[in-house]
Amino acid sequence: MGRKLLIHNDKVPGIHTLEVYRAHGGYASVEKALKTMTPDQVTDEVKKSGLRGRGGAGFPTGLKWSFLAKPEGVPRYLVCNADESEPGTFKDRYLMEHIPHALIEGMITSSYALGAKKSYIYIRGEYFYVARIVENAIKEAYAAGWLGQNILGTNFSHDCYVQVGGGAYICGEETALLESLEGKRGNPRIKPPFPAVAGLWGCPTVVNNVETIAAVCPIINMGGDEYAKIGIGKSTGTKLISASGHINKPGVYEIELGIPVEEFIYSEEYCGGIRNGKKLKAVVAGGSSVPILPTELILKTAKGEPRLMTYESLSDGGFQTGTMLGSGGFIAMDEDTSIVKNLFTFTRFYHHESCGQCSPCREGTGWMEKILKKFLNGTATESDVELLWDIQSKIEGKTICPLGEAAAWPVAAAIRHFKQEFLDIARSKKFVDVSHYNRLNKIIA
Amino acid sequence: MGSQVHGTQDFNKNKRAEIKFSDEAMSIVKGIISHYPEGKQKSALLPVLHVAQAEFGGWLSPEVMDYVAEVLKIKPIEVFEVASFYTMYNLKPVGKCVLEVCQTSSCWLNGAEDIVKYIEKKLNIKVGETSKDGMFTLKTAECLGSCGTAPMLQCGASYHENLTYAKVDSILETYKAEGKLRSYTDLDYKNTL
Repeated sequence: MGRKLLIHNDKVPGIHTLEVYRAHGGYASVEKALKTMTPDQVTDEVKKSGLRGRGGAGFPTGLKWSFLAKPEGVPRYLVCNADESEPGTFKDRYLMEHIPHALIEGMITSSYALGAKKSYIYIRGEYFYVARIVENAIKEAYAAGWLGQNILGTNFSHDCYVQVGGGAYICGEETALLESLEGKRGNPRIKPPFPAVAGLWGCPTVVNNVETIAAVCPIINMGGDEYAKIGIGKSTGTKLISASGHINKPGVYEIELGIPVEEFIYSEEYCGGIRNGKKLKAVVAGGSSVPILPTELILKTAKGEPRLMTYESLSDGGFQTGTMLGSGGFIAMDEDTSIVKNLFTFTRFYHHESCGQCSPCREGTGWMEKILKKFLNGTATESDVELLWDIQSKIEGKTICPLGEAAAWPVAAAIRHFKQEFLDIARSKKFVDVSHYNRLNKIIA
Repeated sequence: MGSQVHGTQDFNKNKRAEIKFSDEAMSIVKGIISHYPEGKQKSALLPVLHVAQAEFGGWLSPEVMDYVAEVLKIKPIEVFEVASFYTMYNLKPVGKCVLEVCQTSSCWLNGAEDIVKYIEKKLNIKVGETSKDGMFTLKTAECLGSCGTAPMLQCGASYHENLTYAKVDSILETYKAEGKLRSYTDLDYKNTL
């Protein structure tokens, strides 16, 4: 059994309440930080831990914190990105729903390090019921003195608020999130300036993912060095993986970074193998935007080494033969799955979610969706494969925010690894959805 | 005052005069505004629009948006441009229960398309339409973060997961029997179906 630091208590009855959470060691990091450490010492521990942003980008959290501008007399903010919308990802929802105080504890400890008197948790609107759970936990925390004036009798005071969104994937991009938090359309800002200098209402702001903030608690409790001992190389600590698709046991798993991908898919501790005795065909390992890999490349790198669940191992080989850990949205597909159809659902998603600011993304995602539709209704030609490739290559790197890349990469990877499937449809003028009957059986049952 | 919402032609002054938050809704709105620093009340717009949608029949008419602008002391266009950007705000009337079936990857892999077809047939409507009795509107949605419990649909604040045809039947029957407006802001979100 791997070590768990974030959701080890998720099955404890009543763990969503302050009383039970506290009885299981909750809020220890706040006590330790506020009573025995300076804010800079807290930041140092986070730096030492090697913690990297768990939302998808994997940027070192301690370094991000150290960029925060601290001009005199200007308020600073911590904003939690709980706009979890990357297809295949549902770990933040799980954490907030089951152990909301883990996030609030992390918000307080992190805000102390950053010198933020106010923080906001921006939760995607569709998770309204989750926002209720977090709000109730915040009320409990205020009543017990963990939030508010002079926490634990120290000079540190802090207020934490929840804001719900209105339904837009793009608000997971940190500057779009800030726009949305200011009551505007979620159009990403041009950087620089970065939020660390000019973020919420123009003030210095740190935006961190839910899991990142929750991970600060065990880091402070155990010490950054101890945390860094878990994992391999620059992939330290534990990571929540959202597992879905054609596996026997979909759900959220906390893994120690560094376990083999094969173990994650086939062991009973995690996914429990592929459903209905089918063979694995492909995996999207880190949310919809990372390149899809066929079985042989997800289980082993091009060099023939076992592929591990780390930032480095998953990206080994670059995009030619590798992928990314991303948000940890792990979607497994069995041998009957149409890669073309799955790609269509991704591309439709990105077309729907493009904010419309940049033409390559606004128009390109729509063109790609239209062409993929031709494959599904049997009217595509071989040249459409080239056209798809051409369009995706002209989106990447030409947009304000990474939604452009996020839309282009899955298309590129599907063609790179499964070109024959596209060509077969184009040549036969027929799309056959083999897996349809498997799906039907599940929902009729 | 010439405060018509930009881009809409059917603004009704008489209807506008009738629109006012209940005392309960107003106190919720004031609570939301208090989360932000002085002068930054525009930040409350997204959550306040959710309250307004629940309060005024499940959608945001031009008159309602105009009223929200007045409450937040911002221009009507600032409300309209936000309401038209985000998917959760309905700018046209909808049924009492809006069924949003997720259709992205993991849900597709687990039968979302057949769930949509099943509901279409059962309610005799297509995606985007409202049933004749005004009870249900059917929509498709992009990833709702329920990939491990696919397929799923959202109705108001409730997530209905691991759907089967039988489960869909019971959801529709229960909602129809209750006959009430389901909003994202509902407190009875516990998924018991």
